[in-house]
Amino acid sequence: MLHLEYFLILSALMLFIGIYGFLTRRSTLAVLISVELMLNASDINFAVFNRLLYPAGQEGYFFALFSIAISAAETAVAIAIMIAIYRNVRSIQLNHLDTLKW
Amino acid sequence: MDYSYTVLILLLPFLSFLVLGVFGKFMSHRTSGLIGTLTLTVVTLLCYYTAYTYFTAPRTAEGTYAVITAFNHQWLPFFIGGLSFDIGCMLDPISVMMLVVVGTVSLAVHVYSFGYMHGERGFQRFYAFLSLFTMSMLGLVVATNIFQMYLFWELVGVSSYLLIGFYYTKPAAIAASKKAFIVTRFADLGFLIGILIYGYYCGTFSFDFEGNADKIAAGAAMLPTALLLMFVGGAGKSAMFPLHIWLPDAMEGPTPVSALIHAATMVVAGVFQVARMYPLWIEYAPNTLHIVAYVGAFTAFYAAVVACAQTDIKRVLAFSTISQIAFMMVALGVCTEYVTGHSHPGSVGYMAAMFHLFTHAMFKACLFLCAGAIITIVHDNEMAAMGGMRKYMPITHITFLICCLSISGIPPFSGFFSKDEILAGCFAFSPVMGWIMTLIAAMTAFYMFRLYYGIFWGTENVKYHAEIQPHECPATMTVPLIFLAAVTCVAGFIPFGHFVSADGMSYDIHLNWSVAGTSIVIALASIGLATYMYKGSTQPVADKLAARFSTLNKWAYHRFYIDEVYQFVTHRIIFAHISKPVAWCDKHIVDGFLNGLASGSHRLSYLIRGFQSGEVQQYAYVFLIGALAIVLLLII
Repeated sequence: MLHLEYFLILSALMLFIGIYGFLTRRSTLAVLISVELMLNASDINFAVFNRLLYPAGQEGYFFALFSIAISAAETAVAIAIMIAIYRNVRSIQLNHLDTLKW
Repeated sequence: MDYSYTVLILLLPFLSFLVLGVFGKFMSHRTSGLIGTLTLTVVTLLCYYTAYTYFTAPRTAEGTYAVITAFNHQWLPFFIGGLSFDIGCMLDPISVMMLVVVGTVSLAVHVYSFGYMHGERGFQRFYAFLSLFTMSMLGLVVATNIFQMYLFWELVGVSSYLLIGFYYTKPAAIAASKKAFIVTRFADLGFLIGILIYGYYCGTFSFDFEGNADKIAAGAAMLPTALLLMFVGGAGKSAMFPLHIWLPDAMEGPTPVSALIHAATMVVAGVFQVARMYPLWIEYAPNTLHIVAYVGAFTAFYAAVVACAQTDIKRVLAFSTISQIAFMMVALGVCTEYVTGHSHPGSVGYMAAMFHLFTHAMFKACLFLCAGAIITIVHDNEMAAMGGMRKYMPITHITFLICCLSISGIPPFSGFFSKDEILAGCFAFSPVMGWIMTLIAAMTAFYMFRLYYGIFWGTENVKYHAEIQPHECPATMTVPLIFLAAVTCVAGFIPFGHFVSADGMSYDIHLNWSVAGTSIVIALASIGLATYMYKGSTQPVADKLAARFSTLNKWAYHRFYIDEVYQFVTHRIIFAHISKPVAWCDKHIVDGFLNGLASGSHRLSYLIRGFQSGEVQQYAYVFLIGALAIVLLLII
């Protein structure tokens, strides 16, 4: 039997794993992956709410698809930035990248 | 008649200043000198053309020359009372006369400087400053309102400062330039306050006194004060006692500068200012005007006494300049109330002052240029190094003699005619003033011929002359001398009263032979005395007199210690007892308050700068806490 709570627990877990990774990982790539986890948690919510609460509509699926497309674009930009940073600083460790304040 | 081309009279020297000032160092000496001189030739010709067209134009119905405003551009409007600060060009008899004076002397000095400044370092800079000065002086004389006059007044002050300090490696020159600037600036404070009082109570700055008669009448009560304060500025610029102390020191500058600025043009700006405001003086403050006469008479006497004891030839000329300018001031000051009509004796002084300004500019510039010619040959300012120069420098000798005769008031040279008018004006005012001024005129003749004999006759410094081989100067220097001496010979016959007079009517100068005869006799007697005392190769009488009155001689040589009095008053009293406490307040209270503000915000910024670590994850953490807090708030 499909229960709404199981899915929400899953997405909440994914969200907090993402937050934890975002706050603690030193590698920029890992941080990016954490961001993706958080986004996917919200995608699951979109899909699940649509399927279980409003089965007649399609909007939730569309939003999930949108979100996936945007996150793909965002990832491309983020990786381009990382490459540019690496060329300048020779590192993509976040603790080496605190000179933005100047 | 369209006079709009007069804008060129101001613009051309200014352009020449910019070109020489900016590109001068890329030019050869000859090019830069030619640019300056050619520009000035054009300007001078324009001045002559303006004067010619102005004075040949028909008079108005009242019999005066029309006052023409060639252009008048509103520059800065003030927000109160409809006042505005305009820049323009006003032509009336005295400004046109001044255009001629400034143009002529400036051109002579430009040509002369070719020889005098030959090979000097900073030749281009010299010509640039000369252009700046000429522009400022021309702007001053054609001013349409007193604020424009003030602006250009300060500009001539600046150019004078720059040119006195031209030899900026000489400490004496720097000290002299600062002294000149500070003393005249101090006096100009009075001028500025006078202008502000005038502007506030009368609601106009314009020199168009007739057009603004109602406004001026409204402020009549404050006019004597305002005019007297303006005269303080004029007294500073024109070196009236006790503000004269800068002029003798200003002789540290190159001699052509002394001739142009400190003899012929800038120092008469004060006289010009009083003459410009003359309609107001005579209508609203006729009694205050006599203060000008008393100040002038005292200055003339003081400067004449000091000039008798100086040994530096430029200083003698400087004090004679002070004395002669004081003559002009006296002539203006003895004018009495205005009555319309020809040959009114009360206003002859106005015409006499302007006439003397004109003739004095020519012969005094010539005297200074002669002195410069001698100094370039002898390399010394002291009379002791000279003597017997007539054999070596015949042209300089003759021109110097002509100008000496002129300044002493011997006919037919120009100084005789103008000085006679001044004396006539003084006698019309009061016989006492007339006799005092006649006595000072006699002293003028005496010290000028003392100078003349000291340079060209007297004891020759044979040993030194054998060493330096004196000779006549090049043509660039002698031609201006001859030109100015020629002007001095003929200028007296100009019917000056037809052009310039107090009420604008044509006025025939008729010599008052009782006054003129007395002054000629006294002048000849003084010249005879000077000849007796100083012509011979030894001077027993002069030495005996100097020994007999040694205290007076010493005091006069030290200019009656006026400079020391100033030094004492400024350093011991003002600096020690006023400036120092004020400086302490400024340093510890005013600056301390602002420093406290600065260090307070500095400390505060140290407190909060820890937040900006630059670590992204820390920011994200704070953001997360914030977001959770908002969520909690929304839930509760």
